[in-house]
Amino acid sequence: MRIDCPLCGARDRREFYYQGAAVMLARPAPDAGEAAWDAYLHLRDNPAGQTRELWQHEAGCGAWLMVTRDTVSHVISGVEMAEDVKRAAL
Amino acid sequence: MRFSGLRILREGLTGNKGWTSHWRDPEPKAEYDAIIIGGGGHGLSTAYYLAKNHGMTNIAVLEKGYLGGGNVGRNTTIVRANYGLEGNSQFYSHSLKLWEGLEQDLNYNAMMSQRGVLMLCHSDGQRDAFARRGNMMMAQGDDAELLDTEGVRRELPYLDFENTRFPIYGGLLHRRGGTARHDAVAWGYARGADSRGVDLIQQCEVTGIDIENGVVKGVQTTRGAIRAKKVGVVVAGRSSQVAAMAGMRLPIESHVLQAFVTEGLKPVIDHVVSFGMGHFYISQSDKGGLVFGGDLDFYASYAARGNLPMVEHVMEAGMTLMPMIGKAKVLRSWGGIMDMTPDGSPIIDRTETEGLFLNCGWCYGGFKAVPGSGHTFAHLMATGERHEAAAAFRLDRFRTGGGLMDEEATGSQHNLH
Repeated sequence: MRIDCPLCGARDRREFYYQGAAVMLARPAPDAGEAAWDAYLHLRDNPAGQTRELWQHEAGCGAWLMVTRDTVSHVISGVEMAEDVKRAAL
Repeated sequence: MRFSGLRILREGLTGNKGWTSHWRDPEPKAEYDAIIIGGGGHGLSTAYYLAKNHGMTNIAVLEKGYLGGGNVGRNTTIVRANYGLEGNSQFYSHSLKLWEGLEQDLNYNAMMSQRGVLMLCHSDGQRDAFARRGNMMMAQGDDAELLDTEGVRRELPYLDFENTRFPIYGGLLHRRGGTARHDAVAWGYARGADSRGVDLIQQCEVTGIDIENGVVKGVQTTRGAIRAKKVGVVVAGRSSQVAAMAGMRLPIESHVLQAFVTEGLKPVIDHVVSFGMGHFYISQSDKGGLVFGGDLDFYASYAARGNLPMVEHVMEAGMTLMPMIGKAKVLRSWGGIMDMTPDGSPIIDRTETEGLFLNCGWCYGGFKAVPGSGHTFAHLMATGERHEAAAAFRLDRFRTGGGLMDEEATGSQHNLH
């Protein structure tokens, strides 16, 4: 598995740290309530197919990336800078 | 048909013509008292204990593939009760006691082998942690022995004791732990359930769960609709998909865990040896193959196969610990799909839908739990009350934050447990 880092180019999977589903980009407000924090911390769509997730190029540029990947075939169809995704959502 | 030594002798002398199928292949009925979705180890043991302990025999197990074709056929067959936290420890203790009488109970040879599980430590701090863990295991009523370096050397003389990075300081030996023949466990439970009247229906995929006004009414399947007042979801590896049919979103992320087996060798490794610092553990099957594995691949996956970096890492860890296995040829590798929860502990509980019960989130500890999980889940489904041995496996512990069982204290990230 290779991930095409927007800053560094295609690199081996071993250079990247896996955080989990991209739901982590949408942090609830501190007073958003129990249900919102439960959903953010614990609950996951966990699809068998296309998913969006956060990886960090730990042994490279250090950038946080949002990767679109198929959990059945492991095929990666998109890699974006997480900060761009976050900024676009604001 | 009962199995016995005499029976084997008689069949051997009469051309083995008297053996019959271990279970029937029934058509699904229109209605059952209870339905269990998932014909793996946990689902089959649930069906067995529902029939045996609770007299519920008008029940069905629905399996989309074949019995025992999921994780119960894709693991490293280890049985142990060496957990440290309240909630987990009494459950695995309960499960180990069921393992110890299982073959007699099922009249089935599950090749249960209490060869001992030895966890190695490599620092003073880790040894202190093992002393504490051993005390907790003994407080639970299970067995634990703390070994020093010489004690480990007597048991496992072939390890690299003077390794520069991971010198062996000692280990925690759990003699009642060991291995069992994984497929036979599923088959034994299937046979036991079937002989008590449970319908085991294979090639029957559940496509929907019928719920009216918050009460479960039955399921839709590829072989038609089936009504039931109680439905148990026991589908680790696909829990999120089946739960979604009931409108639920689970605290689970699915991950792949790889395992490996070598060609058959003469007896060389007597125990289950766990090298936690290297993410490596190994045992030798009765057929002679070295069965070993490591850690998750660490990214979400339903692929039932992993990637090469983890293969390399596991092989390196094995060579670090016991260089003598370096010439063994690896025959096969495979991956199982793990329901990873945010605290690394499982879920056996009711749901917000009346009559719908959930058994999932076994992370990579599901095999040893097979008897205990089925036993306690059957109790929950039959009586509506949580069994005391599994009372801590609540679904709402994540929402409330009360009663989390995070053995490794790694927090709420699913893949870190």
